[in-house]
Amino acid sequence: MGKTFAEKLFSNKSGRDVFAGAIVSVEPDYVMSHDNAAAISGTFKKIGVKQIKYPERVVIILDHEIPAPKESSASNHKEIRTFVNEQGIDNFYDVNNGICHQVFTEQGFALPGKLIVGSDSHTTTYGAMGAFSAGIGRSEVAAIWATGELWFSVPETIKIIINGQMSKFISPKDIALYIIGQIGADGGDYKAIEFTGEVVDNMSVADRMVLTNMAAEMGAKNGYVLPDQKTLDYLKGRAKVDFTPIYSDEDANYYKTLTFDISNISASVAKPHTVDNYVPITEVEGIKLDQALIGTCTNGRLEDLRDAAKVLDGKKVKIRTLVIPASWNVYKDAMKEGLLEIFIDAGAIILNPGCGPCLGAHQGVMAPGERTFSTANRNFKGRMGCRDAEIYLGSPASVAASAITGKITNPEGK
Amino acid sequence: MINEFKGKVWKYGDDINTDVIFPGKYTYQKMEPEEMAKYALEDLDPEFVNKVSDGDILVAGKNFGMGSSREQAAIAIKYAGIRVIIAKSFSRIYFRNAINAGMPAIKSPEAVEAIENGEEIVVDMKNGKIITSKGEFVFPPYPKTVMEILENNGLINFIKNKIKNS
Repeated sequence: MGKTFAEKLFSNKSGRDVFAGAIVSVEPDYVMSHDNAAAISGTFKKIGVKQIKYPERVVIILDHEIPAPKESSASNHKEIRTFVNEQGIDNFYDVNNGICHQVFTEQGFALPGKLIVGSDSHTTTYGAMGAFSAGIGRSEVAAIWATGELWFSVPETIKIIINGQMSKFISPKDIALYIIGQIGADGGDYKAIEFTGEVVDNMSVADRMVLTNMAAEMGAKNGYVLPDQKTLDYLKGRAKVDFTPIYSDEDANYYKTLTFDISNISASVAKPHTVDNYVPITEVEGIKLDQALIGTCTNGRLEDLRDAAKVLDGKKVKIRTLVIPASWNVYKDAMKEGLLEIFIDAGAIILNPGCGPCLGAHQGVMAPGERTFSTANRNFKGRMGCRDAEIYLGSPASVAASAITGKITNPEGK
Repeated sequence: MINEFKGKVWKYGDDINTDVIFPGKYTYQKMEPEEMAKYALEDLDPEFVNKVSDGDILVAGKNFGMGSSREQAAIAIKYAGIRVIIAKSFSRIYFRNAINAGMPAIKSPEAVEAIENGEEIVVDMKNGKIITSKGEFVFPPYPKTVMEILENNGLINFIKNKIKNS
């Protein structure tokens, strides 16, 4: 019987022929953590092992509260730096790099056929490169540091086929929000998701990262796009180690197959307070806003910033508008292309690459009664630091068009 | 061995996410579990931590713990006094975090439908049964690996003991 990508990967890793439902103990190729590495190092010490078993498989990227907004975060960072030195962790990226998922990918750790875990739910992002990548908890990271391995259940797989013609006002974010609206925030719970179809084939690597990032919002264990020439081109000169892509078999057994035609969808919005609270933007046009947020690990790549800049070029924003490139490499590329100048002239605030206001820790926290339109991946109550504020989610073009008018605005025709 | 839990039920709805269980603004503050417990369910039910008693049972709808991978969302609830969570379904990472924190997470949509807020129920881990005022509901036993982690009161102790015994 044929195997899905997930079944093949866990068969390779465990050295057994395994299918969905099996529980295996295997060694991940990389384990990523960020600011929570401070807490993880505390847990690791409690285990009583002195040395990380495979320091070369550990990647730590500081991004959640950078630069430190308060003493406690500064102490966290300091503790991590000390730990990194003690343990000889070479793959350490300090506060001047960017958001973990972008940095991890840019640095060539996200590779086809690798098993990657991280103490962040959006670790699913690396599936855009053909990796199996899943979010895990902090204790689990500590356990891997100590023993090199972790238990996994081999997931069933949902195949999502995306077909149709993408209109020029539609972005991968609109597609992701639309699909989540159809299947629900638990539509992929515990499942592996394989994204395929002509629309995915035609997407850039950056666009595919939006889909796999948002797979977390479907509840999925991982999201996967099969690696092709575009993937290989992106990884050329970037890949940290050798890799062998893994593809699903033709006769693999899927939990279900869902087909979406996106030819006629309009720009998508997720209303507060869940990501599956989907509406076409036409239904919420005119809702008054206080803040716009463009960037984050979901939509902070060059392609996203170009979409926003195209809309903002020569215009002025009416509300507080925050722009966060996903990494300093993206920042620099945006600078060279003149995008940053467009943002500044429009009256936006360009923040340093990092998680910023997305999780409500600092930068752009809202006041009670306020409303943000954001390109991030979550709109949960309290997410941006205030439980009496509202978050709407949309694409970079939609948020940019709305920043100009101060209310939710369809980018189509603008 | 974990045999049985008996406690009063606190019942909540569907899609309870990690941000309302343990707000993001506290996520990167270093805290001991006892302090995390003070913020359990803060943005869902600010009174929860004052009402809950040691040994109580949390009951929720579908997709409990959706969202972030933050482990505090499981630890905070455990240290607030909850011994076991029963839900119609759990988000994957939350399920793992609960097990790894040594707190059983049991999926039983039928039991959740039947259970009333405030009633006292019994969870029989050995026989896979939930005993409520409206009858008994069975759930499948955990796989061996998962049971071992629970019996060691969580993943870290499990590994500690494994290393000690090897």
